[in-house]
Amino acid sequence: MDTDPKRKLYIQDTTLRDGMHAIRHGYSLDQVRTIAKALDKAGVSAIEVTHGDGLCGTSFNYGFGTHTDLEWISAAAEVVENAKLTVLLLPGIGTIEDLKAAYNAGARSVRVATHCTEADISKQHIEWAREAGMDVACLLMLAHMNEPKPFAEQAKLMESYGANCIYVTDSAGALLVDGVVDRFKAMHDILDTKTQTGMHAHNNLGLGIAFNIAAIEQGASRIDGSLAGMGAGAGNAPLEVFVAVADRMGLNHGCDVFGLMDAAEDLVRPLQDRPVRVDRETLSIGYAGVYSSFLRHAENASKLYGIDTRDILVELGRRKMVGGQEDMIVDVALDLAKATQDSQEGAI
Amino acid sequence: MKTKVAIIGSGNIGTDLMIKILRTSNILEVGALVGIDPSSDGLARAKKMGVSTTADGIDGLVTMPEFNDTKILFDATSAGAHAYHDKVSREHGKTMIDMTPAAIGPYVVPVVNLDKLLDAPNINMVTCGGQATIPMVDAVKKVAHVHYAEIVASIASKSAGPGTRANIDEFTETTSRGIEAVGGAQLGKAIIVLNPADPPVMMRNTIYALSEDTETELIRNSVEEQVEKVQEYVPGYRLKQEVQFERIGDNTPIHIPGHGDFSGIKTSIFLEVEGAAHYLPNYAGNLDIMTSAALKTAERLVELRKDS
Repeated sequence: MDTDPKRKLYIQDTTLRDGMHAIRHGYSLDQVRTIAKALDKAGVSAIEVTHGDGLCGTSFNYGFGTHTDLEWISAAAEVVENAKLTVLLLPGIGTIEDLKAAYNAGARSVRVATHCTEADISKQHIEWAREAGMDVACLLMLAHMNEPKPFAEQAKLMESYGANCIYVTDSAGALLVDGVVDRFKAMHDILDTKTQTGMHAHNNLGLGIAFNIAAIEQGASRIDGSLAGMGAGAGNAPLEVFVAVADRMGLNHGCDVFGLMDAAEDLVRPLQDRPVRVDRETLSIGYAGVYSSFLRHAENASKLYGIDTRDILVELGRRKMVGGQEDMIVDVALDLAKATQDSQEGAI
Repeated sequence: MKTKVAIIGSGNIGTDLMIKILRTSNILEVGALVGIDPSSDGLARAKKMGVSTTADGIDGLVTMPEFNDTKILFDATSAGAHAYHDKVSREHGKTMIDMTPAAIGPYVVPVVNLDKLLDAPNINMVTCGGQATIPMVDAVKKVAHVHYAEIVASIASKSAGPGTRANIDEFTETTSRGIEAVGGAQLGKAIIVLNPADPPVMMRNTIYALSEDTETELIRNSVEEQVEKVQEYVPGYRLKQEVQFERIGDNTPIHIPGHGDFSGIKTSIFLEVEGAAHYLPNYAGNLDIMTSAALKTAERLVELRKDS
């Protein structure tokens, strides 16, 4: 925890990682270079570049990328001069071998992400990364699915494995401001003062920027955001908007707000083949409390099986599906299609 | 006369296997359950059921009177601990059935390649996800060349013990290799997800196979036949949905980065594995499929050795 109002915030960009979800993992290498260069020039602290579901996420289940992680990472490494190159790793999907390869391609910071009750599957990855000299931040995902105190205990486990920073990761964009505040308070009660904390927001209930501000007021050091909100569901907290707000608040963020606005408008928004915004479908994700990355897969299943996207999302929430269970989207759509058919037959 | 076996590891898997042998096997008897924690629930359960125990690991087992006429050892510990257990097993001329992802010996999935590998002194059971999904990859491969197979295993958090949690990479790596080596896919990939929902969720497995083009009816029949074969030793193994097919035309191939463009048929298979509830409740199909496969392997081994 750091409560010095003049402290320099660590601005973690996620355009080239969470943003992958918004365009189904479809960045070209040129797009990665151009966007990474603009972010680096605008002064962000770190740039995350990986398949949306982390290293080795390329798959039928999550979508095949246009490139391998290593191609994307290497492209960013060619142009980034100051920012730290970050990768995402979800234990159960990517492995230490994948992380080694990412390190060799230039990654110097890793974010190890688990569901908010499963921190103990991250031990081997955190330990390896610290041993290799990497910065390690940990994301406890779908943070709304664990109460503040047990949530903080999971954070404490990750700290004990060597994490430098623990994030409240609102993967469903389903928390309320109080929920964010309470999770930071609970973490700051039991974490070592040297361990940093961070906020990763999704904007499904329109609260992304508010979460970042609330987190900073509680002593968070690291803040995630992406250009034009490029991210899963209704996207992350839009970086250029957050930096403008931070500027008005007199916070020390080290970024060039106009540079970020230009990059968002000129480089990123034109790539959004599906608008990244709060709309019926993305709002349903926040409201039902499901993983934001389910969005485009649920929209596909909706088209394929003729079931309303919102019905699929709500049912996934009711079944308490967690991040990574994208295979259950088609399973739910098939169940709903069968139920519809059965009720129609019953009516005859 | 029943053949004597010993189980190393008194966690979820070892205890489930012990109970399964005691309740269901006409061929095997449990000589000992071996742990390292004298206060473990598994060892307490063994004592209550009249099974000899030691809390001194495999070194303790070797000094037990039951060890001499023990023919088969099951390892239900961890990949890290397995190397030593394998060494001791070989020194004493026992057959080792390894349920850790260590993979020192060849992989066995009973319905796919059991009879081919029974001479090996060490047999590896891949992983729970591998036992559930590799039969499906094999079923597709029987009718069409499989370019790529990917599996997603989701299990209840409560059914994943500390060994599984500390070594999750070994699950993904060993399962991926098993999909290729036993399932016959040119390229394999495995994903595991833990779900903490309460009440706990049943083990689910989804298999995506991208194969060369063929009649979908052939694939469907092959999959359904294979499901019945697995059900002979895992009664709770079933198709949750109709097998799904998608034709991938040459003009819109699937691009797998780092590997190339592929067309043909994408087969999606949705499985559920309900456990027999021998130790953990029925949601823990992951325990059941592993211990059932290990038991089936040991029984077949004994039968074949009697014949020869």
